[in-house]
Amino acid sequence: MVNKIFDSCSEAVVDIFDGATVMIGGFGSYGGLPINLIVALSGQGAKDLTIIANMGGVGYELSHRIKPGGYQDSGILFENGQVRKFIGSVPALGGMPPTSPLEILFNEGRVEIEMVPQGTLAERLRCGAGGLGGFYTPVGAGTTVAESKEKKVIDGREYILELPLTADFALIKAYKADTFGNLVYRQTARCFNPVMAMAAKVTIVEVDELVPTGQLDPEIIVTPHIYVNRIVEVPR
Amino acid sequence: MKDRLDEQTIALRAAREFADGSVVNLGYGMPGLCANLIAGDKTVFFQSENGMLGYGSLATDEEKDYELINASDQPVTPRPGMCFFDSAAAFDMIRGGHIDVVVLGAYQVSERGDLANWGRPGRPATGMGGGMDLAVGARRIIVTMLHTTKDGGPRIVKECTYPLTARRCVSLIITDLSVIEVTGDGLLLKEIAPGWTVAEVQALTGADIRPAADLKEIQL
Repeated sequence: MVNKIFDSCSEAVVDIFDGATVMIGGFGSYGGLPINLIVALSGQGAKDLTIIANMGGVGYELSHRIKPGGYQDSGILFENGQVRKFIGSVPALGGMPPTSPLEILFNEGRVEIEMVPQGTLAERLRCGAGGLGGFYTPVGAGTTVAESKEKKVIDGREYILELPLTADFALIKAYKADTFGNLVYRQTARCFNPVMAMAAKVTIVEVDELVPTGQLDPEIIVTPHIYVNRIVEVPR
Repeated sequence: MKDRLDEQTIALRAAREFADGSVVNLGYGMPGLCANLIAGDKTVFFQSENGMLGYGSLATDEEKDYELINASDQPVTPRPGMCFFDSAAAFDMIRGGHIDVVVLGAYQVSERGDLANWGRPGRPATGMGGGMDLAVGARRIIVTMLHTTKDGGPRIVKECTYPLTARRCVSLIITDLSVIEVTGDGLLLKEIAPGWTVAEVQALTGADIRPAADLKEIQL
């Protein structure tokens, strides 16, 4: 049996390579964001990354100032110049000033953005996880999202073809893991974590608590252990 | 300057549209206030696209738990019978027509009910979040917004000039001046803010509005 337990986040992300595609779980700010793995990746320094995440974050300084519990977003990776492309539903928030690292880099032409409606993002991940070649959705039909996509009318309604998403690595936050890697989440901190955990080649998880195998009720496990490759316990 | 309704009052008016037992999703910003404005004798199941059904109201400072947030990043309170699921399941509910009502903010709404609520000139990096999915999938779309822009220009227009969220999706528009129904026959002014005339509201609207036969002052 492979030992999946790592002593630190930095050891768990050491082989994320230049040019890798990395999924980041959570919703965008607090609640389900694998913040310790994100900070470890920023220290590790891999470049030219493609980041797949719901939101682009507001950046280190602003996040530190406005969010309880300190720094909570993925903006540090953009600030460090580690990202070539972002795929997600909220690269920047219209209600915030245009000062997020991703928005600044995008406006300077230094990073590419693929804008994906949030439900389409979730479903593209599920397709990637489940070996499907894509799906037709009515979401985005007749908007900029439909540009250069295959269209199909089914029962009189217009749909567009969306393709699966996979990644080299996924950074995930869960509440508890057992030593096999079975995961449970806490409340709304679940969000994008389960679908991303299933859609990447190497899934790295930070958890509040690691428990012996057999201690999690099999009826409540959300992510089965075969999707999890590395576990780091970061007590909160 | 005549008085206009404040955001709390607009949200209260929107909350009156929720039937007992209905499933409601609240969009970013002003719509979130609706969670605190449900009459005590009514049960509404609030769904949130980050994977939650059946939360209570917005949390007070003492109640805040940052792993119990709505999709606008606001902590909310738990409620008996609530449940959690992942993002993919949340959007199955939304696209699959299992949400009765969504309340969304908007930059513009057209006279045919086209919605533009995510992108604006000069900000090409701002995203649509779950707005497109909600506008396409929810059974009824209510927009809450200010009637005019900061510069006094209309937000209710003949054709949206901002990037579209979805076409022909809005049923009801609730602003600080009016309640307007989008019908197959154009915009129907159903309610109007106290002290305002139809002509005054029409002058601040970029498309024709037709007063309803039973036009009322805003009903709270």
